[in-house]
Amino acid sequence: MLVRNFSAHSPAVAAGLSIIPGLGQLYNRQWMKGAFFLLFTAACYFLFADFMNIGLWGIWTLGTLPGTDHSLWLLVKGIISVLLLLIFVVYYAINLVDAWKEARRLQSGALPESFRDRASSVWNKGFPYMLVLPGTLLLVFIVALPLIFMICLAFTDYSLYNSPPRKLLHWVGFANFRALLDMPMWKDTFFGVFSWTLIWSLLASTLQIGLALMLAVFVNDPRIRFKRLIRTVLILPWAVPSFVTIMIFSALFNNEFGAINRDVLQPLGLYVPWMTDVWSTRGALLIINTWLGYPFLFAIFTGVLQSISADLYEAATVDGGNRMQKFRFITMPHLMYALGPILVLIYAGNFNNFNLIYLFNQGGPPVLGQNAGGTDILISWVYKMTFTTQNYNMAAAVSIIIGLLTVLFSYYHLRKMAAFKEEGQRS
Amino acid sequence: MNMRKLISGLEVTGIYVVVLIMMAIVILPLLFTVGSSLTQGTSMLSSRMFPANPTLDHYKWLFTDPESYYLIWYKNSLIVGAFTCLFAVAITTLTAYAFSRYRFVGRRYGLYTFLLLQMFPSLMAMVAIYVLLMVVGLIDSLAGLIIVYVGGQIPVNTWLVKGYFNTISRELDDAARCDGAGHLRVFFKILLPLAKPILVVVALGSLMAPFMDFVLPKIILRDINNYTIAVGLFQFINSAFAQFTNNFTRFAAGSVLIALPISMVFLFLQRYFIAGLTSGATKG
Repeated sequence: MLVRNFSAHSPAVAAGLSIIPGLGQLYNRQWMKGAFFLLFTAACYFLFADFMNIGLWGIWTLGTLPGTDHSLWLLVKGIISVLLLLIFVVYYAINLVDAWKEARRLQSGALPESFRDRASSVWNKGFPYMLVLPGTLLLVFIVALPLIFMICLAFTDYSLYNSPPRKLLHWVGFANFRALLDMPMWKDTFFGVFSWTLIWSLLASTLQIGLALMLAVFVNDPRIRFKRLIRTVLILPWAVPSFVTIMIFSALFNNEFGAINRDVLQPLGLYVPWMTDVWSTRGALLIINTWLGYPFLFAIFTGVLQSISADLYEAATVDGGNRMQKFRFITMPHLMYALGPILVLIYAGNFNNFNLIYLFNQGGPPVLGQNAGGTDILISWVYKMTFTTQNYNMAAAVSIIIGLLTVLFSYYHLRKMAAFKEEGQRS
Repeated sequence: MNMRKLISGLEVTGIYVVVLIMMAIVILPLLFTVGSSLTQGTSMLSSRMFPANPTLDHYKWLFTDPESYYLIWYKNSLIVGAFTCLFAVAITTLTAYAFSRYRFVGRRYGLYTFLLLQMFPSLMAMVAIYVLLMVVGLIDSLAGLIIVYVGGQIPVNTWLVKGYFNTISRELDDAARCDGAGHLRVFFKILLPLAKPILVVVALGSLMAPFMDFVLPKIILRDINNYTIAVGLFQFINSAFAQFTNNFTRFAAGSVLIALPISMVFLFLQRYFIAGLTSGATKG
């Protein structure tokens, strides 16, 4: 190969030429790469320019002609356009940096790589990106796009009475959030539901953990026999799909026909309006939730108890520790240590336990002066607002509040988790 | 000494009493369901835990009656499960391979993003998913449901599989690479065969999701012919003309048929679940 000197080669010129992607690479004698960048840029322009033009206009105005412009479509296109724009900015930056770096390399006396070398280095370096690409694309369109879309909806006036294509949507700023906090109709419901959600997740989680702890310690007692059988039975509620058991319970708790009122309470002369009285329904939900949720914790606690070394207890005996002391200073710390990382799962799970609330009696019973039922938690209220009253904007606003609370809480908790820390340091 | 024996005996009895009561509370509702499914007549009022004249009529009805959609729902769930499983395993293993074995720009932020997305309850975006699918025209279709399932499981399962890949020694890859194996060959010939246990977990999880999940199908599917099992059974007892009172025994039969296989699989695999959970909990 002809040896040539590239000492006069200027990185500034290369980067400057790459303002039109590809030219800088051509200047660097990278013919294939330059051609690829040029073609790719041109293709992007022809394919997406119109789309992005409409999209960016759409997300700004949400349409101007009622009946013709479909605000939701424009919003979706707009979000996709913004995402595409971001990708394009990254591509553009890569192109500039690439031209500059390659020019520097040539300037310092290195030879242009052969096409074969470069192809293999692209294959090696690009390989992980190709692996991640399908998953990332799906994530962007199926998880991220809906989240962004939902956040946008919370700032519009999209509701049953103002819905495309007949009408146009408008950006309304924080009006929906203000309505949640000020407007009597929304305020009462919001604070009512919110406080019940907090009480619910606290009570529900505590009951599950308490029962699981007690049963795990009891069954683990060395004097108890048939341990395997007992454990298998106690874990059954976890094994049966929960939607089935919730519906069964909903039938069992039925005021008139349910077996609980009919067969258990009636002989005792009792009658509880499980489905129609707010606090009775809440009680029923707590009972069912404990039934459904304790086996998971029971299994974990049991695993931990079995893994505690017997030496510890022997040493404690030698030192004259009594049973209470052994439990407090050996058993409990082990259990709490195991509970730590999953605690957030339990609380978040109950906080968003839509299935139970909805399947039991759709958040009922109704409450006067509220547009949510007496046992509705935030997430089931969102469902009602979406599918029954079609207040999409308010539903989105409440969703954002749920999301923020969940993420803040989980993030705070997860930061303490060892796995998370270790991963952060290693890479 | 005798005193101590007495106390110990009392304690053991107390524990047995508590455990027995708890076992009864666990078993009775399940037994009641099985009993109801065998009771004659369709009303809940007549259903008993131990029916006088047990009958299999309701099971027969589910499979043979022209008014029953049970087989269609079962087929729908199976279709959704199979496709979700296929795509989920393919996509998560590829992504996890990259995160576990390669160091590339954006890897760390990618992992953080996955962790963050994993915290958002998928339910939270249900308004948006509903409106989006409506806008794109995928509402009321199994394809829409499959896409949402596949996308939603990526963050969690990628972390799971990546964690497992990390435990497989890198020396194996290096040895294979020395012998001339490429990126893909290392993946297919070394990592995948060694990661079978976690692949089974991911595959089973996504295969069973449509049989257990209620919310997403309820949001996405409208037509009774498109229902999955969970929504269908809910419809069974909540439609305007068929309340608990007159369809309960059929509902019970349908529930037993779906709960039995899932519980069996679960009990069979529970040792692995619990081993994984506790090792995760104690080793951090």
